[in-house]
Amino acid sequence: MAIKIYVPRDSSALSLGANKVAANIQAEAAKRGVEINLIRNGSRGLFWLETMVEVATAKGRVAYGPVMPKDVASLFDADFMSGAAHPLNLGLTDEIAWLKKQERLTFARVGITDPVSVEDYVAHDGYKGLKNALAKSGADIVKEVTDSGLRGRGGAAFPTGIKWNTVLNAPADQKYIVCNADEGDSGTYSDRMIMEGDPLVLVEGMTIAGLAVGATQGYIYLRSEYPDALVTLNEAIANAYQAGYLGEDICGSGKRFHLEVRRAAGAYVCGEETSLLESLEGKRGLVRFKPPLPAIEGLFGKPTVVNNVISLATVPIVLDKGGKFYQDFGMGRSRGTLPIQLAGNIKQCGLVEKAFGVTLRELLYDFGGGSASGKPIRAVQVGGPLGAYLPESQFDTPLDYEKFTEIWAVLGHGGIVAFDDTVDMAKMARYAFEFCAVESCGKCTPCRIGSTRGVEVMDKIIAKEDHAKNITLVRDLSDTMLNGSLCALGGMTPYPVLSAINHFPEDFGLKKGQVA
Amino acid sequence: MRLPQNKSWREVVSDEILVSIDQHIEAHLNVPGALMPLLHAIQDDIGYVPESSYPRIAKALNLSVAEVHGVVTFYHHFRSHAPGKHILQICRAESCQSMGSEALEAYVKKTLGVDYHQTTADGAITLEPVYCLGNCACSPAASMDDQVCGRVDIARVNEIIAEARGA
Ligand SMILES: Cc1cc2nc3c(=O)[nH]c(=O)nc-3n(C[C@H](O)[C@H](O)[C@H](O)COP(=O)(O)O)c2cc1C
Ligand code: SF4
Ligand code: FES
Repeated sequence: MAIKIYVPRDSSALSLGANKVAANIQAEAAKRGVEINLIRNGSRGLFWLETMVEVATAKGRVAYGPVMPKDVASLFDADFMSGAAHPLNLGLTDEIAWLKKQERLTFARVGITDPVSVEDYVAHDGYKGLKNALAKSGADIVKEVTDSGLRGRGGAAFPTGIKWNTVLNAPADQKYIVCNADEGDSGTYSDRMIMEGDPLVLVEGMTIAGLAVGATQGYIYLRSEYPDALVTLNEAIANAYQAGYLGEDICGSGKRFHLEVRRAAGAYVCGEETSLLESLEGKRGLVRFKPPLPAIEGLFGKPTVVNNVISLATVPIVLDKGGKFYQDFGMGRSRGTLPIQLAGNIKQCGLVEKAFGVTLRELLYDFGGGSASGKPIRAVQVGGPLGAYLPESQFDTPLDYEKFTEIWAVLGHGGIVAFDDTVDMAKMARYAFEFCAVESCGKCTPCRIGSTRGVEVMDKIIAKEDHAKNITLVRDLSDTMLNGSLCALGGMTPYPVLSAINHFPEDFGLKKGQVA
Repeated sequence: MRLPQNKSWREVVSDEILVSIDQHIEAHLNVPGALMPLLHAIQDDIGYVPESSYPRIAKALNLSVAEVHGVVTFYHHFRSHAPGKHILQICRAESCQSMGSEALEAYVKKTLGVDYHQTTADGAITLEPVYCLGNCACSPAASMDDQVCGRVDIARVNEIIAEARGA
């Protein structure tokens, strides 16, 4: 039998040359007359080891990495196909400590299966949740999700079951399930990894959502910066239709659900759910006033569930193992697990799925191995461009929505970006305003004008002009944006700005400990 | 945001292009929320959405020309003028900044002799900023014609540029 060799098709792996590695493996195998079955899997999420090649052996899968295209011949020479020793041999994949310490529920299959194969998906517990859902009433499915304690992973952490219940109880001739795959936050890539590494779990989650609330059409709103995810998703959706898991008669149940990917076009604000809906309708992505909630009047005016990729991709395991199983993980009101993304100046960047409660310090040092540059980590931004900057003294904060709120920070979509001690926090504060100015939808004044004013004032602070006056001005401006913005783009830009000033006053020309 | 360069806004578009635009319009007539998929289809095909196509799109989808213009200009991805042969995007977002993207972008601008939203004199490369490519585990990131590259240092970006120019 042909030996199975795995080379990721994840776009981060591709960005490091995975396609070339795969091509070299094919060519080398052909040259040596050995039969292989090359599978393009998702990434296991250990990006410092990409391209990570795996071989299926009698003992289990053996990993090699980081493999460069030029290493391929030597891997064959060393007989890597039997899992033999080689300087890049990482041992059995399942025994890699970095993976063993995780609790992979949503990411259970990512990196393990062929992402677009329905057969492989089913062989690894896929579609068990859907089978259970098909035997339940909509209300019972919603109850299971409510019991799981799952809260939206897109940023706002709203209980998913409660949102679904509103849509379930909104009478309408047509309802929609919209997946928010706009993942615009810097430092985040978990949505992408799911869509490239296990897209069928998202397809299954959306199908279950459709059954739960009585929606028959789903859309995945995918950011245009993810061309590889578009290909994987479309392949997976086509295969799910082919296998009878999507369409007019799902698994012979007589129930229908259709699914289509729509491409976004590079506007950060379109990740905000109402702006997203405008965009799907073919308009400029101007944020809508709420109420009405999208759950009551959403896409084309119909009741609509809008959920993040991770929220929806977590639904299958909840329906498979039960709400109780899922909610046994976590702490406080943060139940289950969070796929955390380590990014920026970290030695071992990657995807860590852990139950809520893990601390930043464990993530940065135990998993991350400290900074990539070898210098001390000075600041981390958690939760994307609208998230606060945290200093070392806050690294013991456990990942928990409420604990983060207590220190005026957010978890957001679970992205962690680390900076070493060369960072200039005044520059980062300036950038936060600049980003807001570039991405503002323009609907409200505090955001549209305030962000540009913020850049100007930060320039003066950096140039040490009228210092005290300008620090006060930034604070006033932030206050106006916090209180007077329609959505969190304007409303939360003050988080990175003020946290930078408060925790790193010395970068703003203030004395340490002095908070202007 | 996008600065048109050396082109009058009434860009002249060949009949051949107009025919293919009409075909894309035709294919999207019954699509709910057709405008975005249609604009993507046009840009994927010819590289941009010519302003001379706005009236045809507006008429077919029952919109005003101003609405079509409004949508094309709202989204950073769409361009209304022909770009260079290749598009190089440098990520400007936080994770990439933490790994030195500022120096990278300064180098690229200097080497290519252009600022963002501009095209090199030989028409080979249009430089664009991008705010996260989802490759933050391998910062700094850049992309050439949709191919994402990770841990891009100066040597690597020179390679990427040379490859594109050679192609
Ligand atoms: C400016 C802005 C950008 C946002 N970007 C995203 C995004 O990229 N992905 C996402 O899932 N949610 C994003 N959100 C949150 C959404 O508005 C919404 O809360 C979320 O999609 C709901 O899904 P969830 O309950 O599953 O989290 C954004 C919000 C704002 C204000
Ligand atoms: S805060 Fe900014 S992005 Fe949000 S609605 Fe107002 S102008 Fe638009
Ligand atoms: S911040 Fe540059 S790829 Fe995400």
